[in-house]
Amino acid sequence: MSITSPLGHPQAQPQPQPQQLTPVSDPVLEIKNLSVDYGYDGDPVHVLRQVSLTLGRGEVLGLAGESGCGKSTLAYAATRLLPPPGLITGGEVLFTDRDGRQTDILRLNDAQLRASRWQDLAIVFQGAMNSLNPVFRIGRQIADGIRAHRPEVSQKEALERSAELLELVGISPDRLRSYPHQLSGGMRQRVMIAMALALDPQVLIMDEPTTALDVVMQRQIVEQIADLRERLGFSVIFITHDVSLLIEIADRIAIMYAGEIVEDAAALDVYQRPRHPYSSALLHSFPPLRGPRRELTGIPGSPPDLSKLGGGCPFRDRCAFAFDACSKVNPELVHPNVVGDDPRRSVACLRHDPAAVRAVGEEPLPVPPELSLR
Amino acid sequence: MTRPESPPESPLESRPDAPVLQAIDLQKHFKLRGSGRRGGVVHAVDDVNLELHRGRVLALVGESGSGKSTIARLLAQLMPTTGGRILLHGTDATARRRPAFRAYVGRVQMIFQDPFGSLNPVHTVRYTLTRSIRIHRGRLRGAALDDALQELLDRVQLTPSERYIDKFPHELSGGQRQRVAIARALAADPEVLLADEPISMLDVSIRLGILNLLQDLRDRLHLAILYITHDIASARYFADRTMVMYAGRIVESGDSESVTQDPKHPYTRLLVRSAPDPDDLEARARGARGEAPSLVNPPSGCRFNPRCPFATDLCRTEVPPLMAVGEGREAACWGYSDRPDRPRVGSVVEALPKEERA
Repeated sequence: MSITSPLGHPQAQPQPQPQQLTPVSDPVLEIKNLSVDYGYDGDPVHVLRQVSLTLGRGEVLGLAGESGCGKSTLAYAATRLLPPPGLITGGEVLFTDRDGRQTDILRLNDAQLRASRWQDLAIVFQGAMNSLNPVFRIGRQIADGIRAHRPEVSQKEALERSAELLELVGISPDRLRSYPHQLSGGMRQRVMIAMALALDPQVLIMDEPTTALDVVMQRQIVEQIADLRERLGFSVIFITHDVSLLIEIADRIAIMYAGEIVEDAAALDVYQRPRHPYSSALLHSFPPLRGPRRELTGIPGSPPDLSKLGGGCPFRDRCAFAFDACSKVNPELVHPNVVGDDPRRSVACLRHDPAAVRAVGEEPLPVPPELSLR
Repeated sequence: MTRPESPPESPLESRPDAPVLQAIDLQKHFKLRGSGRRGGVVHAVDDVNLELHRGRVLALVGESGSGKSTIARLLAQLMPTTGGRILLHGTDATARRRPAFRAYVGRVQMIFQDPFGSLNPVHTVRYTLTRSIRIHRGRLRGAALDDALQELLDRVQLTPSERYIDKFPHELSGGQRQRVAIARALAADPEVLLADEPISMLDVSIRLGILNLLQDLRDRLHLAILYITHDIASARYFADRTMVMYAGRIVESGDSESVTQDPKHPYTRLLVRSAPDPDDLEARARGARGEAPSLVNPPSGCRFNPRCPFATDLCRTEVPPLMAVGEGREAACWGYSDRPDRPRVGSVVEALPKEERA
């Protein structure tokens, strides 16, 4: 595969679209077959492989997976913030604004991209605690962002708007003149959220916004996001490894493993009726706070080295339900092979895809009871 | 490993199993530097008493900045205390000179949060472990050394050992690196293992593997383990007893099951109610406000009083001592005293302001 420019002229790689999957209605962001490589030399690592994901308007979409599974890469690639040596090698990211106009973020020129960032799509970074500039007062930092996009706004008006924003996230406006070091971690996190909301974006991408905070503060921030979304009506992509948190706040959850989405379903469906062996195992990796104390095993082995992936399902070495076909064909997202499932959910597992198993000349195995809970 | 056990110096209740390592009124105040701050101190740890027993796990739970890592470092004697005593088998263990410190670390070992930072990247697993073995067990060579290495790697379930012994840290996954760090600690044949957030930097799917390994070491080598974590659910899973810290003080202690299922202190209640729990969405504490106080000028009285929905004037003026609140349990909250002006502690979920949630 030759590498295309970072602007992303996708190669014509017809991807057989999975059958009978009902699309999300009224999408605001559609990521289609996005592929990202790390490394320029002849042997790049394919960190994202043909990832497709749709974010509905007003929806909170959770993106879960272990470190190194590509969830942050997906967010950065979709916003074109991917630092070298990351390279987008194909796909499109379609953004639909409020008037229904569609733009492909991967094809914008620099000026358009600059105008679109923060305005259409805002991002709260991982470790946001450290992404404020320590030598400027926070009011000025928020006002700078506003005036960069709206040059007609005066500094005074921008600061007034900043004060409103701080109030919105529950910080007293007299904090405008504080430096970042004078604020606690939780407050800095809120300032970052306030900043991201400054231009009333339609999509907010939050990359592990609460991992550096303790649970009490985490709950405060998460409540705040839920509350703001209700009032302002933006959509959220919430990236974290904490599946139990996602089940609580997300409408829909996409589980990633080794650079691919392996399951995409409504939050409670993921929790109560996981269809992919990895989702199911991930849910059993967190000791519960309530209920019977039982021996938990985690997932045997460790995540695969993305540079050494052969064909086949990347999870097969750690999977309790792997069979011969799993080493021959990499499963694609299909509707789970369970009667009565939500038509919008999808899973990438050969247990659910007998057609793909027959195509490589193997005998399909039934869906195990653990993966067909009702 | 048996060592002569001297009777405990302190008049604590005599238990059949005397504590291996004990901290009495442990205190650590860090001096502030910089102009205008002379004389100020950070009250990182105040009046902490704890006991580690053979073959038992004690969890220390608290938010970041509550002083739990400071306690681990004090117990490992990586920094001097500013008050209180550390007793190893009942005798004062403060090491003032290097030989005494070496002898102490041979019995009390520590593993750190970040296995990426705690292993030297230029050395192989063989070198790292050999060094630890030679420091603590003398100059083993040849077959004896190979056997010792093999045994260490077996103990931390890095088998077959040939596959790992000549690897550099960057060739191992996070979980494998943490296992090497644990093996390095075990090379000293310690009695006490201080584990400072051993799983929080690891991938979620392999965290349980490390916890189960530590549990296995506890049972087979009868290690006394101090498990420091911010995740109260993992404390429930792994530890026999749990102590909850807030702003440098212990606010509650007891067996892990009762502390997590029936927390007494308002902070513990808030902590338990704040953890995500998909089975129990309704009972989550919403609308909690405020954050941990500054430890330079900690609030007078109970340090949790500015955030506590039940706080009264008593809480704002006098520091509550740890009071017995049931079988083997203690909580530092005036609500459990018999003072006439005590606060009435109820459910945090009901006490917090109700939020309009559409």
